Amino acid sequence: MIKQLIPRMTEICGPDGVITDPAELRTYETDGLTSHRVTPALVVLPRTAEEVAAVVAECAAAKVPFVARGSGTGLSGGALPHAEGVLIVTSKMRRIIAVDPASQRAVVEPGCTNLSVSEAARPFGYFYAPDPSSQVVCSVGGNVAENSGGAHCLKHGFTVHHITGLEIVTPSGELTWLGDGTGAAPGYDLLGAFTGSEGTLGIVTKVVVKLTKIPQLVKCLLAAFETTGAGGNAVSAIIGAGIVPAAIEMMDALAIEAAEAAVSCRYPEGAGAVLIVELDGPQGDVERECAAVRALCEQAGATEIREADDPAERAAIWVGRRSAFAAVGRIAPAYIVQDGVVPRTALGAVLDRIAELSAESGIRVANVFHAGDGNLHPLVLYDDSVPGAAETAETVSGAILDLCITHGGSITGEHGVGVDKSQYLPKMFDADDLDTMQLLRCAFDPASLCNPGKIFPTPRLCGEVPGARRAPHPLVASGQADQF
Amino acid sequence: MGADPVLEALAAACPAARAARPEDAVAGVMPRFAASPATVAEASELLRAAAAHDLAVVPRGGGSKLAWGAPPRRCDLVVDTRAMDQVLEHAAGDLVVRAQAGASLAQLGEVLAGAGQQLALDPPPVPRAVAGTRGGSGAGASAGSEAPSGANGAAPQWRGATVGGTLATGAAGPRRLRYGTPRDLLIGITVVRADGTVAHSGGKVVKNVAGYDLGKLFTGSFGTLGLIVEAVFRLHPRPASAAYVTVDCDGPGEAYYAVAAAAGSELAPSAIELDRPARDQPFRVAVLLEGDPDGTAERTGLMGTLLGKGAATQPAAPGWWGWPANGQPRHGQPGNGQPGGGQPGSSQLSDSRPSDSQPGDGRSGAGQPGGAADAGQAGTLIRIGFWAAGLPRILRAVDAAALAAGLDPAVGGSAAAGVIYAAVGPGADPAAVAAFVSGLREALARGDGDARPASAPVPDGPPVLASAVVVHAPPRARDLMDLWGPVPSLSLMRAVKDQFDPGHRMAPGRFAGGI
Repeated sequence: MIKQLIPRMTEICGPDGVITDPAELRTYETDGLTSHRVTPALVVLPRTAEEVAAVVAECAAAKVPFVARGSGTGLSGGALPHAEGVLIVTSKMRRIIAVDPASQRAVVEPGCTNLSVSEAARPFGYFYAPDPSSQVVCSVGGNVAENSGGAHCLKHGFTVHHITGLEIVTPSGELTWLGDGTGAAPGYDLLGAFTGSEGTLGIVTKVVVKLTKIPQLVKCLLAAFETTGAGGNAVSAIIGAGIVPAAIEMMDALAIEAAEAAVSCRYPEGAGAVLIVELDGPQGDVERECAAVRALCEQAGATEIREADDPAERAAIWVGRRSAFAAVGRIAPAYIVQDGVVPRTALGAVLDRIAELSAESGIRVANVFHAGDGNLHPLVLYDDSVPGAAETAETVSGAILDLCITHGGSITGEHGVGVDKSQYLPKMFDADDLDTMQLLRCAFDPASLCNPGKIFPTPRLCGEVPGARRAPHPLVASGQADQF
Repeated sequence: MGADPVLEALAAACPAARAARPEDAVAGVMPRFAASPATVAEASELLRAAAAHDLAVVPRGGGSKLAWGAPPRRCDLVVDTRAMDQVLEHAAGDLVVRAQAGASLAQLGEVLAGAGQQLALDPPPVPRAVAGTRGGSGAGASAGSEAPSGANGAAPQWRGATVGGTLATGAAGPRRLRYGTPRDLLIGITVVRADGTVAHSGGKVVKNVAGYDLGKLFTGSFGTLGLIVEAVFRLHPRPASAAYVTVDCDGPGEAYYAVAAAAGSELAPSAIELDRPARDQPFRVAVLLEGDPDGTAERTGLMGTLLGKGAATQPAAPGWWGWPANGQPRHGQPGNGQPGGGQPGSSQLSDSRPSDSQPGDGRSGAGQPGGAADAGQAGTLIRIGFWAAGLPRILRAVDAAALAAGLDPAVGGSAAAGVIYAAVGPGADPAAVAAFVSGLREALARGDGDARPASAPVPDGPPVLASAVVVHAPPRARDLMDLWGPVPSLSLMRAVKDQFDPGHRMAPGRFAGGI
C-alpha cells in the first residue's frame, strides 16, 4: 500500500526527500520518549508548504495515516510514527522568512529551532519568549503542536500566547491560514485551539510569532534551604508580595546531587533544596524586586543566597537546573521524567506524599520543578537491570499523576499527552468532555488520519452518536471538585 | 390562555422559564421564551428541552454587548446567565479564580481586589472612573494615582458586563498590550452544548496542556457553539500605582513615531492608546505605566523624556481613554461621524444616551435587561486589526475611506497592540456607513494597511495582514453590511460549527460567515 506512494512522494519531495531504507527508517522510530518505538513505513522530508500539502493530499487520497515530526525532542511520544503511515519531517523547512521588529513579529518555517528565532530577533532588541529547555534543537512547529512552555512561562506565557498566525496543511491536504498575524483576526480562534493539539489537527507550515522586547535587566537569585518545605514557603511569600518573577525553579537534594555529579554546578553544599528566582524588566523595578525576594528568602530561612546579573553568572546558576534531567543519568541507570501540575499552594503536601511513595516503594524520586506555577518534574529513578524495577517505577510515576489529579491539577503541564498519557486523560476528563473535544477533531480530520492514536484513549469515530453516559464527572466522584 | 406545552417543557427543566417580554429582544429579534437557569444542571436540562423542541437559543449575560454581532436569524429562547452569578472559588495563593458565567466583572473585581489581585481585563464598557467620556478626567484626576480598573476596592462600572459575555465576545481593552485578551487569561471552561451535554476543558492550574483547549474555541464565539456556564481565570497582582504619559501628535506619521517609541522602549508600558476625535484635530497618544510607586514614577519620567517635548504626566487616565464607547465620540466632541463632519449641535445625541448618562454603581445594567443593549446600538463601531508597523498606512486608509463616504469618524484604540477603532455617530447616513466599511475593506484587501516596510518584507506571510469588523451598528446600517468581512479559514469554522451545533440552533446568524 505505502509502497505505491513512493514514486509520487519522490516526485513531490525529490529523491533526497524520501527515505525507504529500513535502517534509515529506524532512526525515526522514537522521539524524546524513548520507551515507545515504532518504525515508520515511509519518511518524507518536504522542503516547502506546498510539498507538505501535496504529501498530505496523497495520504488522504490513499487513506494512509501520517504523523508530523519536527526535531523529535517531544517527551510524550507525540511524534511517534505510525507503522503503516508516513512520517512527515519538517527539518528541511528552516527559513526565517521575515523579522519585523516594528510590528514585533517574525514569520518562520516550522523546522526552525526555537533558539534560532530569538537569535534572528536579537540584533533588533527582541527575543522569542517561550524557551523550552530543549530550545537549542527543538522546532517551532513542534512547540506549536505541544504548546510548549519553558522556565520563563510563569511571566511570559506559553507558545499559544506568542503565536498570531499559522499556515497549516489541513488533514485533507489544503493549505490555509489560521489567524492573520495580528492577534485580532475575526472568526473562531482556531489558531488557539490548534496550538497544543499535538499534531492531530493538521501540520504547521508557517508560523507568525510575536517578538518580545529584551528586558533592560535580568537578575537571577539562587537561594538554598534546608528543606523543600522552607523553599516552598519562600515561593508563597514571593507570590503573596505581588511579585511575578520570570521564573521560579526548585530542585531537591537528590536533584542537586545529580546535577553536581554531572556538571559540578557548585550549589550550596548540603542544601535540602535550592530555589532559582529570575526577575526581568526595567532596571529599577528588577533591582527593587530582587531586594524584596532576597529578604523574603531570608525570612523563610534561606541558608545561603547568591545573586547574578550578568549573563555568565546567570548561566552558572542555571547550569545545574538545565542539566538536571540528563544529570540523573549519573546517579541511576534509568529514569522516567514525569510532568504533572498541582495548584502551587498544594506543592508542599504533594512533595510530602511523593516522599512517602518513594519510601514505600524503594524507588528514588528526584524533584525538579517550576515552583512558580506548580509544574512538577519528578524524576523517577530505577535500575533497569533489576527485574520488576521498571514496573515499580512506572507505578510510582502513575501514582504521582493520580496525586496531581487529586489535588485539582493536571497530568501534563508542558510535555503533552501523546501516547504516553492517553490512558490518564479520562481521569481528568469524563466521557462527555472527551467526546466534546473529539468534535473539534472531527471538524478538522474526519478520516482520523492525522497523527492517529495520540491524546485520546479510544476516540469515537466522527459521525458516531455517543451512547448515553450519565456517570458523574471523575473529579466530582472523587469529591475534590464540583465542576471545573 | 392555555398553557404553552413548549413553555411547560422548558419550565420543567428550568423553573425560571417564562414567556418573553419586549426587553428580552436580541438585536431587535423577539424571542418566544426567556429563561434564567440557576445551576449548570438546570442550564443543561434547559438546552436539552430546547433541543427536543428544535428551539433556536441565544445566550445573554448583562446585555452590555448584546447589540454586538449580527441579529440572530432565529431566536426562540433567550438564556439569561445572570442567575448563575457566583464567584465559586478564589484561590488567592494560586492566583486563580473560578466563577459562574453570570457573575459580573464588577462583582468579580471586588472579590479579587480584596486580596490585592485582579482579572487583568479592561473591556468595554470602560469603567467610568477611568474613561469618563464627559468630565471624567476631572473626576479621575482628583482620585490621585490610583490603579486603573477602579482602585481602592471600588467597583468599576462595567454596566453589568458578565464573565460569560466578556468571553463570548472576546472583548478586551487598552491593557491587552500587557496582559492579552480574555483567551489569554482563561485557563478552564465549562460549557453546555446545544444538546445539553455539559463539557469541561482546561482546569484550575495555569500550566496545563492536557486535552484540546475548548476555552480558546468558545472565547469570541458569540454563543454559536454553546452556552458558557463557568470559567477559570489566571489572575495578576494589582499594581500599587499607575500613571499616564500623554502627548499630542500632528498627523499619522508623528502619532506612529510616539506609539512605536513607547512600544519599543524597555519601560514595560501596560497600554499605549491613540485617539483622534476628528480629522482636523491632532492625534493624542497616552501611555499607561503600572507598578510599585517608585517604579511607576521612574518609568513615567523616562517615558516622558522619550516622548519628547509636549509630553505630560497625569495620575489618572485622560478623558478619552478606552474604547470609543457605543460608537460615540469619546470625549463628547460634537459632530463626529456626521456627514460633512464637524457640525455643532449634534452633541445632544451623546447626551441623550439613556444608560450612559449616570455613573451608576457598577450594577445598573443588571436590573435593566435590554437597556444597555439599546445604548450599544447608538452608533457604529469598527474594529481594525493590523500589524503594528502598519499604523500610519491604516490611519490613511481609514481617512481615505471615510472621506470618500463623507464621514469623519473618531479614531483610536490600542495602537501598539495592532487594534484601533473607528467610531461613527448614530446620526450618520446608513449608506455612508456601509460605503465606509466596504471602502476600508477594499483598501485592506489591496494591502493598503499592511506593514511591509522595505527593510522587513513579509513576502510569504498571511495573504492579508489586516481586518475590519463592525462591532455594532444601528439597525439600518447593519442591514446593509456584512459585519464580519472576509474571514480566513471560514470553511474550517463552518465545519466546527456543524460538529458542535449540527442543528444550527445556537445563536444562528450572529457570527462570521453567517454562522
